[in-house]
Amino acid sequence: MNDESKKYIGKNVLRFEDDRLLSGKGVYTSDLNFPDQLHLCFLRSDTAHGKIRSINKDKAEKLKGIYGIFTHEDFKDVPPIKSPSRMKNYYATNQNILCVDKVRYVGEPIAVIVADNRYIAEDAIELVDVEIENLEPVINVKDSIKSNSAILHNEIKSNTILERTFNKGDIQFKRDEKILSVKNNFSMTRKSPVSMETRSYVCNIDKINDALTLYSSSQVPGVIKDALCQFLKIPGNKLNVVAPDVGGGFGGKASLYPEEIITVLLCQKFKRPIKWISDRFEDLMSTSQGFEEIMEVELFFKSSGEFIGLFGNIFGDVGSYSIYPWTAALEPMQVAGFLQGPYKIDNFNVNVKCVVTNKPPTGPYRGVGRPAAVFAIERLIDIASKKLKIDPAKLRLQNMIDKKDFPYKIGSGIVWDKAGFKNCLKSALKIIKYKKFKKINNKNNKNWIGIGIASYGELTGIGSKISVAPGMPLNTGTETGIIEIDATGSISATFGIASHGQGLETTLAQIIAEMLGAKIEDIKINQGNTSFIKHGTGTYASRSAAIAGSVAIKSSKKLKQQIIKIASHIFETNKKNIHVNEGFIFEKNTNKKISFHELARAVYSDMETLPIKLRKPLIALETYDPIFGATTTATHIAVVEIDSETYKIKIRDYVVSEDCGKVINPMIVDGQVHGGVAQGIGAALYEELRYDESGQLQTATLADYLLPTTCEVPNIKIEHIEKFLPDNLGKFKGMGEGGTIGSVAAIANAVSNAISHLNIEITELPISRDKLYNLIKSGAK
Amino acid sequence: MELHNSENKLNIKFKLNNKFVEKKVEPRLLLSDFLRNNCGLTGTHVGCEHGICGACTILFNGNPIRSCLMLAAQVKNSHIVTIEGVANKDEYKDLRQALKKHHALQCGYCTPGFFITIISLLNEKVNYSETDIRKKLSGNICRCTGYTGIILAVSEVIKKRYTKEIS
Ligand code: FES
Ligand code: FES
Repeated sequence: MNDESKKYIGKNVLRFEDDRLLSGKGVYTSDLNFPDQLHLCFLRSDTAHGKIRSINKDKAEKLKGIYGIFTHEDFKDVPPIKSPSRMKNYYATNQNILCVDKVRYVGEPIAVIVADNRYIAEDAIELVDVEIENLEPVINVKDSIKSNSAILHNEIKSNTILERTFNKGDIQFKRDEKILSVKNNFSMTRKSPVSMETRSYVCNIDKINDALTLYSSSQVPGVIKDALCQFLKIPGNKLNVVAPDVGGGFGGKASLYPEEIITVLLCQKFKRPIKWISDRFEDLMSTSQGFEEIMEVELFFKSSGEFIGLFGNIFGDVGSYSIYPWTAALEPMQVAGFLQGPYKIDNFNVNVKCVVTNKPPTGPYRGVGRPAAVFAIERLIDIASKKLKIDPAKLRLQNMIDKKDFPYKIGSGIVWDKAGFKNCLKSALKIIKYKKFKKINNKNNKNWIGIGIASYGELTGIGSKISVAPGMPLNTGTETGIIEIDATGSISATFGIASHGQGLETTLAQIIAEMLGAKIEDIKINQGNTSFIKHGTGTYASRSAAIAGSVAIKSSKKLKQQIIKIASHIFETNKKNIHVNEGFIFEKNTNKKISFHELARAVYSDMETLPIKLRKPLIALETYDPIFGATTTATHIAVVEIDSETYKIKIRDYVVSEDCGKVINPMIVDGQVHGGVAQGIGAALYEELRYDESGQLQTATLADYLLPTTCEVPNIKIEHIEKFLPDNLGKFKGMGEGGTIGSVAAIANAVSNAISHLNIEITELPISRDKLYNLIKSGAK
Repeated sequence: MELHNSENKLNIKFKLNNKFVEKKVEPRLLLSDFLRNNCGLTGTHVGCEHGICGACTILFNGNPIRSCLMLAAQVKNSHIVTIEGVANKDEYKDLRQALKKHHALQCGYCTPGFFITIISLLNEKVNYSETDIRKKLSGNICRCTGYTGIILAVSEVIKKRYTKEIS
């Protein structure tokens, strides 16, 4: 008999989630309704920066169906949200759950209305009079850091709430004549994660036990629970946070929000279920935003093409508050952290400033800082290759960190190890048939063709030695997994992660089925519920497959040992002769077998088969911490075609060669790449939260904030390189964000390449059609 | 058109997923809210409430429409079909299987809207090319999948169903 259990890891197992979701039976937070529930609606600031003079709610309160209108006055004992960090030169902001005397962005909640339904609540909003005295709005970073700028947080006295410089090598870099350089200012505008399900919260109360359950469209129920308990002084056993089906997150649902706290507070106050569902307008102006960075960077190299230095200044527009729990450091620090990419550069000096402005707080958005970092460095490399007259692919290969250099510490202190940097680049070049593109000359063509390469490294599945956000006092590196077999022989496996589209119910079951020798249909994965597991944070930062996947292996192995021990007693044989596969336990020599069900019965129900000491519950609880992270890498290559008359940019071809370690389910991995690339296409070509000089959001609907549709996202060719396995138990690397990280730069490079005969470089994204038109028009002058 | 006092509820009779329904509704109630909250059919999702995302797509007298852009009162005497009405139909078994096989859904939030748009495309019984399919589905937004799986699945079903056998 074959000793191995049936293989599930690496197979395209169809998702368990699909049947329910395809038939409209998914249960998202907004689908939950409880008897007696009341609805909330927020009155939000229409001014970016101002002093609240008065709030008059008399008329509104008289409206039928209104149960109360609350302002900060009513929540005086609730402390402001403050996001701590161990970083030097960091000032945490005070974010009150409802504005106290100042408003700091358009959309900031000022009052909350409790009503029978949202329709009535919106009627009431119209009747509340809020008088705001305008203060000077601070909208862009470069103005915000000026010494005469208005200050957002008086207690901090500066709009720069964090500053740090990363240094390596020779900072007094000798700029002799033989050393060349290219320098440019790059910028990315603000994006919204736009998950199709908006943020939503429902809080229910169990009056008998005085316990609360918050149903939240959150990616991080564990983080939210711990934070709410701490802010509101609720004992942990009186509050449960449940993330039911969640309609996408992409980072926007990974932070703590005032609306979430208020939903819980009002449930406590009214002792009735309270529901708040954001509408799209609110979601675009109050869910955490991302990507707004200015990057002034210079790359130094020898005439041979060898890179020698990377210097720069990063200005991160973090919005009005430092978000909980990630802090304002998250995005701008990652830009500097990953700016060097997979290249050997000995001298590094990058200064980062995190600056507040009168715009909504920024937070994680798929890729976090790295799409901007990769955009800057990969654009610089293309510009350098022009100066050097060296082919851009060749210049990359020449400077890429080789496997013999591992582990390699880059300028920001991040260590690359066990990653197929060059393999990915070479593979992508081959698939796209790179040579074919060398002869292209667009000068006399109606359609301009361009090709763009982007390679990157990212750190995923990060253990406790590294914080996901710098200095953040939260352990994001550990996961616990419990696997149990009950008296019927069925298996429950419980984790602290929270799936919101990643198919973790399927991938974790694949791992357990293979490692335990169980039938995959017998496994139920529980996740997204803080009553299941006492510590767990959730799903973000490309961690769940790598860390929860590894703990699934650890727990499965432990449980399997227990099964083998019991079976060897039943079969009266040596443990070595036991084999477990597809829900059955075999004695190899005799071919006797029992099912998990029979084994479970022997343990739990019948009192004869086993001695007492073997009748312990079939359960394994393990925790796992990979300590450090795994290096994920990929090369993206985009081919674009620009219509020289309409400036329409079309992506003709797209390749991703990626190294995410061992692939658990190729179909799901590809799906993450496809979705990530689509978001990168949006960020590069269409999406932009545009704020005018008074701080008003100009793109507050999906008619103005343009998302890619079926017509904008091309077919994508994907190659997996599984040669460089990381140290964690499962040999898995995270890959949920990479699609976005590489695509922004690849497209920017492809567009620049297509218009290179006009001598124009793309330095600001998104490069929409009208921006391209203006750029070409002004460049052609 | 007669004017209604917004306090007065309107009586509407219509067919919902093949069953006759009679309900009283406020004049201003959106059809999407009505289906989700008053009829308990939460499979119809709401992603924007301004007609862009397509998550709320349902069939109104056989045609796909956005239920967030209609009032409940407007369905009087019509036939409404939501995802719940087609979820178990054998005639779409091939579509459901293809969507699963090609990983055409991740979070599933856009899925019911896409499903309704796709079945009305299938009901045209035309052997559409990939480019046509892309155009036809461009009114529905999915933020998770990059559309790859959706396009593959629909192309496969259309091909299997409507390619004329060449003998
Ligand atoms: S909710 Fe109706 S189109 Fe978006
Ligand atoms: S599957 Fe999430 S929006 Fe389409």
